[in-house]
Amino acid sequence: MHDVLTVTNLRKLYGDTIAVDAISFSVQLGEIVGLVGPNGAGKTTTINTILGVLQPTSGTILIDGVDLSKHRSRALQCTNFEAVYAPLPGNLTVVQNLRIFAMLYNVKNISTRIEELLQQFELDRFRNTKCGVLSSGEQTRVSLAKAMLNSPKLLLLDEPTASLDPAIAQEIRAKLRDFSSAGSGGVLWTSHNMHEVAEVCDRVLFLSHGKILLEGNPKRLPREHGKNSLEELFLTVAREPLTLEGH
Amino acid sequence: MSAKRTAAIVLRQLYLFRGSPARIFPLFAWVAIDIVLWGFITRYLNSFTSSRYNFVPALLGAVLLWDFFTRVMQGVTMAFFEDVWSRNFLNVFATPLLISEYLTGLILSSIWTSTIGLIVMLVLAQGFFGLSFLGYGLFLLPFLFLLFLCGIALGIFASASVLRMGPAAEWLVWPIPAMLSPFAGVFYPLSILPPWMQWIGRVLPPSYVFEGIRTIIAGRPVPRFDLLMGTSLALLYLALSCWFFSRVYHHVVRTGLIARYSAETLS
Repeated sequence: MHDVLTVTNLRKLYGDTIAVDAISFSVQLGEIVGLVGPNGAGKTTTINTILGVLQPTSGTILIDGVDLSKHRSRALQCTNFEAVYAPLPGNLTVVQNLRIFAMLYNVKNISTRIEELLQQFELDRFRNTKCGVLSSGEQTRVSLAKAMLNSPKLLLLDEPTASLDPAIAQEIRAKLRDFSSAGSGGVLWTSHNMHEVAEVCDRVLFLSHGKILLEGNPKRLPREHGKNSLEELFLTVAREPLTLEGH
Repeated sequence: MSAKRTAAIVLRQLYLFRGSPARIFPLFAWVAIDIVLWGFITRYLNSFTSSRYNFVPALLGAVLLWDFFTRVMQGVTMAFFEDVWSRNFLNVFATPLLISEYLTGLILSSIWTSTIGLIVMLVLAQGFFGLSFLGYGLFLLPFLFLLFLCGIALGIFASASVLRMGPAAEWLVWPIPAMLSPFAGVFYPLSILPPWMQWIGRVLPPSYVFEGIRTIIAGRPVPRFDLLMGTSLALLYLALSCWFFSRVYHHVVRTGLIARYSAETLS
């Protein structure tokens, strides 16, 4: 297994404010890594730097071995993302959006790939519907289909199931689990749903005040720190991060 | 550069136009109104002035060319604004798309939108008011090209300004052509302007077009020097505007503004 993402000493300052404080981590092919932490911990800042839409103050990001700062276009070619705060343009239909982003990601056999994804994410009946009139759950599925267009080596998901009902969320988790277990890509997943993180992720990184406080298997990590569940551990990270520093 | 990624930007515009009369209508409506209005004004002026002077090519021709310049600029900015309005920057700029591909896509989008406006204007001006651009000869083409270059440069500069200042800056963009027109000598020679305005006019490429067109109408030889100066300036401004857009893009990526674009500032 090789690393599809290697982040080394990533640091982002906004003036005097430290948003991300020299964090280092990696994501391997076929692995789902959860990036969790309270609001303002630096999760979205980290995701945005990996997406190339935010320049880090220092540090390096390698995507499938390609240095993002030196070969941005090549690095982003094998990346894709879904974020609840980045819906696709509502004035284009599902197929139009997918076609445009397939072209932007230089996807081959675009029509075939779009048909596969329409079936996979049960979007066929919405193919000619404008994205703006879809429910938030349907829009999330379209965004996930967009995120899968180029069969990315690195998939970044920022709260992908936040607006989905439990049944759809379960299906989406299964699809993403299938994606990673097929061994064609790795996933960096942020979520506030600790049950989801425990169910889906192979490894979890707890981020607080821009630092990675804890890292480990989401099923074993709570017990290692004297907690009964990941949720309880999360509450400790959110309320008393100092008690965990140095672990 | 990837032709496929550039084509994606153009295709997006085609999709948007295909399903939206509100976007198609302005392509020709305002220029048509301008041509009709100025067509009748020139006809009225012709009715009580010396028969030796024809206002149609001088005024109506100037309106047509200025509207073409404006449409080219707006072709670029409108394509850019679609990303502003749909809050699409994060999706677009997280792809492998290069800035050069994005700008080329905006320029290609502008070519077909401004061409529609130009055709409508030519048909109306010729059909109703007898303005024949064929009379200018082949030298009309380099003048049109010069205006096209200048419109593209201004459109990219305006888009970069909105990218830097936020969505509200859109309202600063629309009046730019109107602000430039007094200095560009669209309807009068630069020589009647006060010296300080003439200096500004001399650094604006469109002023060389309108001076040149008036020279041709007066029956004098085609002013090749004006054409060369205007084209050189337009190419310089095009290069500067692309550089400016690139600088602004790197600034908004460095500061994080592009990911929080609707906030307009990070303070």
